[in-house]
Amino acid sequence: MKVSKKIVAKHPLAIRWMHWINFPVLAVMIWSGMLIYWANDVFSIHAGNKTYFHFFPDSFYKALNISYRLAEGMAFHFVFMWIFFVNGLIYVLYTIFSGEWRYLFPDRHSFKEAWLTVLHDLHIRKTAPPQVKYNGAQKIAYSAIIVMGLGSVLTGLAIYKPVQIHWMTSLFGGYGNARVIHFILTIGYCLFFLIHVFQVILAGWNNFRAMVAGFDIVYDKQDPPAAGDNPSPDNNPVPVTGGSQQSPVNAPLIHQIPSHE
Amino acid sequence: MSETPQIPPADNTPQSSQTPTSSVPPAPQPPQPGVSAQQASIPPASADATPSQPAAPAPKSHHPLSTTRRVLRRAFGKDEQLTIEQQIKRRTLISFSVFAILGAAAWKSWFLLKNQPHDNGVPKLLRKGLDADQKVFKHTLSPDHLVPTYPRSLASTHTRRNGDAGMNPKGFDPQAWKLQVTTADNRGLSLGIDELRQLPKTEFAFEFKCIEGWSQISHWGGVKFSDFIKNYNLEKEAAMQYVGLNTPDKQYYVGIDMPSALHPQTLLCYEMNGQPLPIDHGGPLRLIIPVKYGVKNLKRISNMFFSNERPPDYWFERGYDYYCGL
Repeated sequence: MKVSKKIVAKHPLAIRWMHWINFPVLAVMIWSGMLIYWANDVFSIHAGNKTYFHFFPDSFYKALNISYRLAEGMAFHFVFMWIFFVNGLIYVLYTIFSGEWRYLFPDRHSFKEAWLTVLHDLHIRKTAPPQVKYNGAQKIAYSAIIVMGLGSVLTGLAIYKPVQIHWMTSLFGGYGNARVIHFILTIGYCLFFLIHVFQVILAGWNNFRAMVAGFDIVYDKQDPPAAGDNPSPDNNPVPVTGGSQQSPVNAPLIHQIPSHE
Repeated sequence: MSETPQIPPADNTPQSSQTPTSSVPPAPQPPQPGVSAQQASIPPASADATPSQPAAPAPKSHHPLSTTRRVLRRAFGKDEQLTIEQQIKRRTLISFSVFAILGAAAWKSWFLLKNQPHDNGVPKLLRKGLDADQKVFKHTLSPDHLVPTYPRSLASTHTRRNGDAGMNPKGFDPQAWKLQVTTADNRGLSLGIDELRQLPKTEFAFEFKCIEGWSQISHWGGVKFSDFIKNYNLEKEAAMQYVGLNTPDKQYYVGIDMPSALHPQTLLCYEMNGQPLPIDHGGPLRLIIPVKYGVKNLKRISNMFFSNERPPDYWFERGYDYYCGL
């Protein structure tokens, strides 16, 4: 079996920049948000009179040194919000105008694919559905996170200017509700982050490198690999040298990714 | 970042990418990985200059740009002369180096920002940011943007009280209280609560918002600040940019930008829930300014003055935004 390794473009430079800018900026937003929330930490998960979890326990505040830093939190929050917003806006515009949205936006197959991917991840199903750049579950998750980002900006605005932009505050069910939504979205980011990092670790080095270096490595075989076989250098040790063979540039790939310049 | 396909060294670059050796017909937009900016900028003649001798010395023709290119090429190597493994290594190394340098720079900047000298309780750059926020959002302030009001029945009867600065009960005699206004002619005004009660009264219930995050619907009555200005002919004073207020003991003090002070819902308030304003809520007279957080709603107003400079502000000095506009 003849195998050739090749480099294909995966993530455009712009998307890598915006992804890695967003990571620390969102971290600052969540941290400063906690400094603000501490001053009136009224949210909890409860039913009837029973409280199951209070956001947040004293030990949590103590461990992260959250207490009595409201002014600092507001200062950071209301400065870094601009970076978060502008970076997100450029991302959305870039995604729309570059056509990248085609890989990102879920279509009618995505939900079935997402289900199959979940089954695969849970080791219930042996093969994962074929994918172009992102699988169904990724499409849904990454699109949802953009919608959540928009939600955070809008609920944030509703809380920040509840008099001047009070129609926005009303849209979210009032000042108190806007705060609840803003908070839940933040919890959502934290959960997303945990799952995301976990999945990235599972997906391996090749996938992670693509978000830094931009390229992915695919394997052309004369016998096409089984659908869903996601090769990585580790499980395919066949050494291939660039100078020793002709490379079929336009051979069918698992990842059919157009060039990004 | 360069995105270069694996190119057999015997081929020359432009040709091999245009005429794929594969039998698969080229797609309208062939899925050929991108060409690097560096590579794309190399004219064919230059690319042809080193066709079959990978480590060939520099071509003889001298052009100022080609020297730079040669240096760059020597430093980073040329993709088509490397094996696929070398290409992967090279590009990974370059990308992760840049990534690490930028990451370290961001880490360093974070601590530079946090450890900056403070301007009124926050790092200087953040103070500049907060002031810039004001420049943006003061444009959304309009006398037509009113805080939603509620029927009085929705107002809480247990109106929340927060903050004791300037509210020391010792040494304060409500009966002897007067509002002292510094005027432009330096004669000043000294007004009792009965005089203020004779001015047109405005009352409403609205959702009072504390900077801590809680809010409560409460009912207030008093004279609009703008009506007060009109009645006492303080137009000249109100043409200034700020109004400053403080408590009798000067322990609590706020500065308010004039457009917010003149907003039609800003009250010199002497009633809460239809009753004379209780002492512990700032009686006889407090400020109710729905376009600001509670921290600006000064209780127990004693002095009022006008200025084109920002009057001192208690919470501003402790790291909060001066504007605090809602």
